[in-house]
Amino acid sequence: MTETPAVAKPAESGKKFNIDTVENAARTPDTELPWAELGLKQNEFDEVVKVLGRRPTGAELAMYSVMWSEHCSYKSSKNHLRQFGEKVTEEMKKDMLVGIGENAGVTNLGDGWAVTFKIESHNSPSFVEPYQGAATGIGGIVRDIISMGARPVAVMDPLRFGAIDHPDTARVMHGAVAGIGGYGNSLGLPNIGGEMVFDSVYQGNPLVNALAVGVMRHEDIRLANASGKGNKVVLFGARTGGDGIGGASVLASESFDDTKPSKRPAVQVGDPFAEKVLIECCLELFKGSLVEGIQDLGAAGISCATSELASNGDGGMQVELTSVLLRDPTLTPGEILMSESQERMMAVVTPENVEAFEAVMDKWAVEYSWLGEVTDTGRLIITWDGEVIVDVDPRTVAHDGPVYDRPYARPEWQDSVQADAFTGSVQDAGRPAAPSELAAAVTELVASPNMCSKAWITNQYDRYVGGNTAMAFPDDAGVVRVDEETGLGVALATDANGRYTYLDPYQGAQLALAEAYRNVATSGAIPMAVSDCLNFGSPEDPDVMWQLAEAIRGLSDACMELGIPVTGGNVSLYNQTGTTPIHPSPVVAVLGKLDDVARRTPSGWREDGQAIYLLGTTGSELDGSEWANMRGHLGGRPPKVDLAAERELGQILINASRDGMVDSAHDVSEGGLAAALVESSLRYGVGARISLQDVMDRDGVDLFTALFSESQARAVVAVPRSEEIRFKDMCTARGFAHVRIGVVDAEGGTLEINGVDTLSLDALREAHEGTLPKYFG
Amino acid sequence: MPRIVVDVMPKPEILDPQGKAIVGALPRLGFTAFSGVRQGKRFELTVDGEVTEEILAQARNAAETLLSNPVIEDVVNVEVVEA
Amino acid sequence: MTEQPLIGEAVAIAAEPRLAGARIGVVTFPGTLDDRDAARAVRLAGATPVALWHADTTLADVDAVVIPGGFSYGDYLRAGAIARFAPLMSKIIDAANSEARLPVLGICNGFQILTESHLLPGSMIKNDHLKFLCRDQVLRVENTATAWTGDYTAGQEITVPLKNQDGQYIADEKTLDALEAENRVVFRYVGWNPNGSRRDIAGITNEAGNVVGLMPHPEHAIEAGFGPENGSGTEGLGFFTSVLNKIVGDNK
Repeated sequence: MTETPAVAKPAESGKKFNIDTVENAARTPDTELPWAELGLKQNEFDEVVKVLGRRPTGAELAMYSVMWSEHCSYKSSKNHLRQFGEKVTEEMKKDMLVGIGENAGVTNLGDGWAVTFKIESHNSPSFVEPYQGAATGIGGIVRDIISMGARPVAVMDPLRFGAIDHPDTARVMHGAVAGIGGYGNSLGLPNIGGEMVFDSVYQGNPLVNALAVGVMRHEDIRLANASGKGNKVVLFGARTGGDGIGGASVLASESFDDTKPSKRPAVQVGDPFAEKVLIECCLELFKGSLVEGIQDLGAAGISCATSELASNGDGGMQVELTSVLLRDPTLTPGEILMSESQERMMAVVTPENVEAFEAVMDKWAVEYSWLGEVTDTGRLIITWDGEVIVDVDPRTVAHDGPVYDRPYARPEWQDSVQADAFTGSVQDAGRPAAPSELAAAVTELVASPNMCSKAWITNQYDRYVGGNTAMAFPDDAGVVRVDEETGLGVALATDANGRYTYLDPYQGAQLALAEAYRNVATSGAIPMAVSDCLNFGSPEDPDVMWQLAEAIRGLSDACMELGIPVTGGNVSLYNQTGTTPIHPSPVVAVLGKLDDVARRTPSGWREDGQAIYLLGTTGSELDGSEWANMRGHLGGRPPKVDLAAERELGQILINASRDGMVDSAHDVSEGGLAAALVESSLRYGVGARISLQDVMDRDGVDLFTALFSESQARAVVAVPRSEEIRFKDMCTARGFAHVRIGVVDAEGGTLEINGVDTLSLDALREAHEGTLPKYFG
Repeated sequence: MPRIVVDVMPKPEILDPQGKAIVGALPRLGFTAFSGVRQGKRFELTVDGEVTEEILAQARNAAETLLSNPVIEDVVNVEVVEA
Repeated sequence: MTEQPLIGEAVAIAAEPRLAGARIGVVTFPGTLDDRDAARAVRLAGATPVALWHADTTLADVDAVVIPGGFSYGDYLRAGAIARFAPLMSKIIDAANSEARLPVLGICNGFQILTESHLLPGSMIKNDHLKFLCRDQVLRVENTATAWTGDYTAGQEITVPLKNQDGQYIADEKTLDALEAENRVVFRYVGWNPNGSRRDIAGITNEAGNVVGLMPHPEHAIEAGFGPENGSGTEGLGFFTSVLNKIVGDNK
């Protein structure tokens, strides 16, 4: 019989705890504080003392330590992230209703509609406990969207796990996928896409990123600020427990008498039902205009919500911490401030609306407690049983944290890595050339871990709920209808290529943006905004810091050139196993707009006899490619970036969709033309007859290169016969390379490529769809 | 055939959404005496033959490693029940 | 291959005035997910959807009720187990059993609630493969005599989305025999049984034929381009037109 851990009992004195008040702190300047255990550096602690003019109380120390953490303060990346706000033209700002800095950016869709989206990481929790980590990742990003005043309408999940055959990968895979499904499916949010990459660099540090998108009318936009003296501050949703405090149990000695045994879970457990109720309840609050400001509670919990609301407002805030409803009555004030319990929101409500607010809470059976009110003092005051335990300028907590100019330098190994091209390498020996070898190579490619069908995963996600999903996996972008009357909608795609970014971080980040941009345009949507999740190793390693700096510089330059602004995102650092960092992995999400989702372009062929065109030119670009990856090679230079060409290609795809000139379009990227052709065939089980001779002659490449090169700014489209002249004229007028490579063949059940043994669609499907079930059952 | 019963409960400090939903429903049906519910799992491991100390130790080990997730759950009971 | 209609292309029958007068209730519990989708289906079929809240104590004079899918109360105890005790459910149970035989359709979680309420026999357990599964599912309409299937032809095959984790229909052999003997199996899975349901059962009805429950989601196959890619994409609309014709016929 294993004993249940004893629930800690409060000290048996008259008071629950021996509370460290502001008064006490002033009186006892020399008390030792566990700032180092809470992750603060000496200079940071000194800064807190300087800001306060005294030592912090235990509660203040808790607040500063979590809010000044890398995760909340962006202290290592802030100086670089500024470029996203600086490299912006007036034209790019035109449709940006809310920019970087709020919970999520908001973009104008027209007709009075606005859309908000954001991508975030939940990497480390997902390694510790994959199910709950991935689930609460969804929960957190969805609350960010709600707190902007929007109804969440879809989610996406870019995932990066270790090697497919490593024994621990199955644990992470099963847990994370089940968690995303278990949580997301219970919220009624369709999962419309994402990514799945296997690479041993993510073995001890998987990347679980989550994106959510929401829509609202312009007048419903809400911001996280506490304004208007006398307005009430309320905490609602789930009760506060010890979630996510974990190792920070040093706070148990917050009273500095070390009497309390503490066992706090590092893992946050999600309750999707509570979140679903919270969504509906918040939307009802917004509909009745019952809240003045609202903030979700995620990382740093109440510390973050109170300091950000107060800092963004026009005055101060005073709250009584014993009013917080607790799941665990033994929590100390500092623990309450740091708790990362899920499914909680904080709002500011005028006194007149209090009754109506409570009625909404009661209707949805959501618990709430009034904590205090907005003041005009400019201070954030937190009391415990009336005694002041926090008295700070909220800006110093929320916004004026430390900022570091971390040293960075181009790694010494970068040159030798870039010099190691795939072509001519040991791994390139025996490059397929004969028709049978090429057929085997195509089959091997589409069955490879990164190129295989992800249906095994996405079939565990609800893509239908909401009734507005116009496209989802496996098409290039997810498309959701926003307005049922007009068909107005949005398209979303996320992309990243850690190998490209490893070879050249500046270019790699641009390639991620280019691919997401292209995927959105492929669906027929006009790209409008960017959100990014920058997953990197330790910023204290100058090599990694250089990768981060280069990636941000590349991404911000490319956004400027493509004319789409970054509206929000997240930086996740210290992603490494021991001292080995992951490949730098900037995951880029692009959002686009479709005036009528009825015009969206799917990625598969359907109509017999339609002409298939390859847009763009093909060079010999195999470095960092999936083919090289399959052969165990990583070196050389990633494919060239040509943003002007991407923009032109985008225009062609958008116009062709709008004017009905193409019936299908698929971007050419990882896996090259070979992957694009197979995927376009398998989408609806309709094959084609292809000849790449014209491509080979024009671009001076052999058949293998034509199939496997990952040259950018390319797409494969199917054009109805009646539109062929018009389509060619458009490409010619725009001076964009286009060549007819074949016709759709709905009868044969095969993909025929001249010079490659005929590929039966059944065999391709078996190879493509068999991989994930083989490893994960 | 003897069975080994393993009871697993969510750790006390971990949120138990299931229990929370049930405790909310009880008073609506007039069951007002209960202030808390936690929902756990019961496993029954069937043993062919006698349950030796070694088998019981195996069961305990299985309970800690497979049947429960030590990050969020506790094994609160491992006992032998005669069929 | 037939041309795929554009998304949002008018696929609904024109709302005849006699149908628009029909009021179909759509129930929302905390945790219900597909309520807006069910309301859209009612609207596209030509009737007026009426939002019903689980705590309501009247049925607001509706002519029929849809209990949509989702995870009521998180499905934490058993799917549908807590929702079954909602105040509105006792009204629905009474109305379904009354002489007027109120038509009731339970979809997915709604089906689970109907079995927990004993309006329909049997129960649902976790899919045999233990995973949540979302796919386009072919069903065969076995019984066109119910309030919700009159517009289909016997043996017709329709494609509608299926999405659930607890979709395996089970009942004891005697109950299964009786269901088959009384022609109360309304839908069967065709081609592949996606969850291990006994005798491929996807949906059933009560003795009177007014209460129907099924796991797949007809309300997600009502608009071309937003539902299944096989077939017309609108093969679920018949549920809703069927009940309208039934209501209008009864009121003639």
